[in-house]
Amino acid sequence: MNLTLKVWRQKDGQTPGRFETYEAKNVLEDMSFLEMLDVVNEELIERGQEPIAFDSDCREGICGMCSLVINGVPHGGHKGTATCQLHMRHFKDGQTITIEPWRAKAFPLLKDLIVNRSAFDRIIQAGGFVSVNTGGAPDGNALPVPKEAADRSMDAAACIGCGACVAACKNASAMLFVAAKVSHLNLLPQGHPEKDRRALAMVRQMDQEGFGACTVTGSCEAVCPKEISLSFIAKLNRDYGLAALKGK
Amino acid sequence: MALDSQIPSGPLAQKWDKHRFDLKLVNPANKRKFEVLVVGSGLAGASAAASLAELGYQVKCFCFQDSPRRAHSIAAQGGINAAKNYQNDGDSIYRLFYDTIKGGDFRAREANVYRLAQLSGNIIDQCVAQGVPFAREYGGLLANRSFGGAQVSRTFYARGQTGQQLLLGAYQALCRQVSLGGVQMFPRTEMLDLVVINGHAKGLIARDLVSGQITAHAGDAVVLATGGYGNVFFLSTNAKGSNATAIWRAYKRGAFLANPCYTQIHPTCIPVSGEHQSKLTLMSESLRNDGRVWVPKRKEDCAKPPGSIPESDRDYYLERKYPSFGNLAPRDISSRAAKEVCDEGRGVGPGGMGVYLDFADAIKRLGINVIRERYGNLFDMYEKITGENAYEVPMRIYPAVHYTMGGTWVDYNLMSTIPGLFVLGEANFSDHGANRLGASALMQGLADGYFIIPYTIGHYFVTSKQPKPSTSQPEFKQAQQQVEAQLNRLLSIRGKRTALSLHRELGKLLWEKCGMARNEAGLKQALARIPELREEFWKNLTVTGDSAGINQALEYANRVADYMEFAELMCLDALHRRESCGGHFREEFQTPDHEAQRDDEHFAYVAAWEYKGPGQAPVLHKEPLVYEEVHMSTRSYK
Ligand SMILES: Cc1cc2nc3c(=O)[nH]c(=O)nc-3n(C[C@H](O)[C@H](O)[C@H](O)COP(=O)(O)OP(=O)(O)OC[C@H]3O[C@@H](n4cnc5c(N)ncnc54)[C@H](O)[C@@H]3O)c2cc1C
Repeated sequence: MNLTLKVWRQKDGQTPGRFETYEAKNVLEDMSFLEMLDVVNEELIERGQEPIAFDSDCREGICGMCSLVINGVPHGGHKGTATCQLHMRHFKDGQTITIEPWRAKAFPLLKDLIVNRSAFDRIIQAGGFVSVNTGGAPDGNALPVPKEAADRSMDAAACIGCGACVAACKNASAMLFVAAKVSHLNLLPQGHPEKDRRALAMVRQMDQEGFGACTVTGSCEAVCPKEISLSFIAKLNRDYGLAALKGK
Repeated sequence: MALDSQIPSGPLAQKWDKHRFDLKLVNPANKRKFEVLVVGSGLAGASAAASLAELGYQVKCFCFQDSPRRAHSIAAQGGINAAKNYQNDGDSIYRLFYDTIKGGDFRAREANVYRLAQLSGNIIDQCVAQGVPFAREYGGLLANRSFGGAQVSRTFYARGQTGQQLLLGAYQALCRQVSLGGVQMFPRTEMLDLVVINGHAKGLIARDLVSGQITAHAGDAVVLATGGYGNVFFLSTNAKGSNATAIWRAYKRGAFLANPCYTQIHPTCIPVSGEHQSKLTLMSESLRNDGRVWVPKRKEDCAKPPGSIPESDRDYYLERKYPSFGNLAPRDISSRAAKEVCDEGRGVGPGGMGVYLDFADAIKRLGINVIRERYGNLFDMYEKITGENAYEVPMRIYPAVHYTMGGTWVDYNLMSTIPGLFVLGEANFSDHGANRLGASALMQGLADGYFIIPYTIGHYFVTSKQPKPSTSQPEFKQAQQQVEAQLNRLLSIRGKRTALSLHRELGKLLWEKCGMARNEAGLKQALARIPELREEFWKNLTVTGDSAGINQALEYANRVADYMEFAELMCLDALHRRESCGGHFREEFQTPDHEAQRDDEHFAYVAAWEYKGPGQAPVLHKEPLVYEEVHMSTRSYK
């Protein structure tokens, strides 16, 4: 199939950007979306033009590096699918596709489709961990964890930190990301001792980074490639509220 | 220079304890005076950086991704081994040790492997304490599954995302240290050279991938945890960014490279679909717990829908050839068996390069929900890539490059031949011999980072007594200039071919001549062709843009430049090893029933290569493999 691409090009964070149009010819159904871009980039380099800069690494939907807004939807809008797992069989010959970066104040643009998501790392640094040093851990089976709790914790822990939730939100809120980490740890007995501090510190950091407020529209859940549930935001609100009441 | 592996004396089971007692300690108050540069934030790097900072060392940690959480370890699916014997099925430290040594086809160092098995239990304990949500039974205890090359159930897992969860555990420990000031993190920063002063590793040169700036970093020791070099083959299951640059540049500065020809071809990957293919996707080995591998008995049946082929016309070749391990035969053996049936013309799917992995029996026996719970994410991934539903039709799989057992030579302390340079995880050669068993890489990376380097690095500091380095020293300037010169050279060729097209050509050559099966004639052809390709690279490459700011074409070309050299050493190593062992299958050396034929008399050694300068042949050093406890036997899984 042949496609027309409208791609956001921007030299760096200081220079204004614009859409450029490219033709993608002879695209095969079995190609992934990023492989289609690889082919376009090869042609650009051969013509001496700078290739489109975009992030990707594992290309199997787990590292969270890829981050494209495709036709207005982060990751392209296929249920539970990251950009790198999206395949061209979902597109039609002759279609025009727009490709943009994540857009959020807390994710400053670096080049073309690449943004800086270090704010997420700083949120984890604020409290997204269990404070145990290496060594001295008790036997793994010393502390039984009910299967339901472990499973639910794993549902939240599946977050890949890609930031699609922020890109989809009209307020660029990071609530789903923060809720996933708080829930992953707070649902486990290992996470209990620091439950309150964690919720407060991570939310505080989130606000400082310039992410917007959550109004629970659910657009984050809809685009999440790992289908992280909105119900974790309810849990975060509860954990945060309780901690705030305790005045910690 | 003679290789000294520093293996402690005494009985195998007591070596590590004894060694820990013999290692010198750094006074707690003095630890903060030492600065450690950790390159890599995968399981090995993140666990090392966090643990060293917890002890009080000042750590700088580097990775080329935008966040340490995205290191390639994140992609590991199946699980991590540990000799906990929670299943009461006869596991023990000794059994895990023996399985690993045997799995490695008796080409690994005995003392290292024993220590790995000893530490395996501590890793699980540590990860549980960090909040890694491992799979659990209804009673609340940890669940296990089986992996290839073992007859006990000792693999711990978190759905099909074990690597992700273990890495997030290590990443969170790392984040905690960042917040406490013990670690300074440098994401989107790529190490491009090692700085050696007075024979000791004392720093590195890196490129800030955002600004393009070349920066120098001085430290009292350098730890490389930069992962494997499987992408030298162009197509592999590794993340796109995984590369060989760090260990290759260290090699050129004097760190011997060991067994580069030992590469692992994983039997269960999604087959190649076309030229455009950018990487291959693994379907976790854990699937072989419940999936049965088969091809039609007759070539004529290969194009028929699999469901229409009756049981009696199917060849479950792994179950037939290896009745006691069946579908859980080790990777090297399963991969070669797949290649064999495809070479016979009995492969399925486009081009006949595939075999079936069939879940119909398991779904009948356990129900679709159990299969979905165990492997749901893998089935989803398969469907996204192929458009096929594996609950209804069997998966099609084919072997692909997956892991590299070779790497920087290190002694028992994980120190390379350059004092002060430590190498951990997949980047070193240490524990897997000629073939790695499934679920052992995660174990090794975390053992190295959490439980070995924290002890051994202190001993180096106390005993080496080197002056504090400074980036104003001429060695830093010289290395920096060299890095800048190479980048400028890449940018100035302005030829006709992209780095990708050259890389793809190199990869194809290696896959054909130095892949699942190798022979003398083929390796010699490769050794003649690689220098030509390298010349083509340096004459006809085109890289757009300049060295300021983000330039992904430049980053990539710089990595391919190293593959062009690395590939040659790999083939040289494969040519010199005139035996078959594990993943290194030399067609000339096989038993009558096509199994690998080892030659213990002549090749029971680690091949460590020393760089001698551009255009010079590398020099081979041999570390004999002395087995005090186990007897080198013929590996049988029948
Ligand atoms: C798809 C897949 C599934 C797997 N499943 C399993 C499994 O189930 N069980 C198992 O035991 N093993 C598995 N493995 C193997 C295992 O995942 C790896 O061997 C292991 O994770 C490697 O960890 P590492 O820390 O050594 O390196 P990596 O995780 O590869 O990390 C390398 C780090 O080094 C950094 N780096 C590299 N070069 C530079 C440089 N020049 N400058 C700066 N930074 C640099 C990278 O940014 C990264 O942070 C799997 C592998 C793959 C490919």
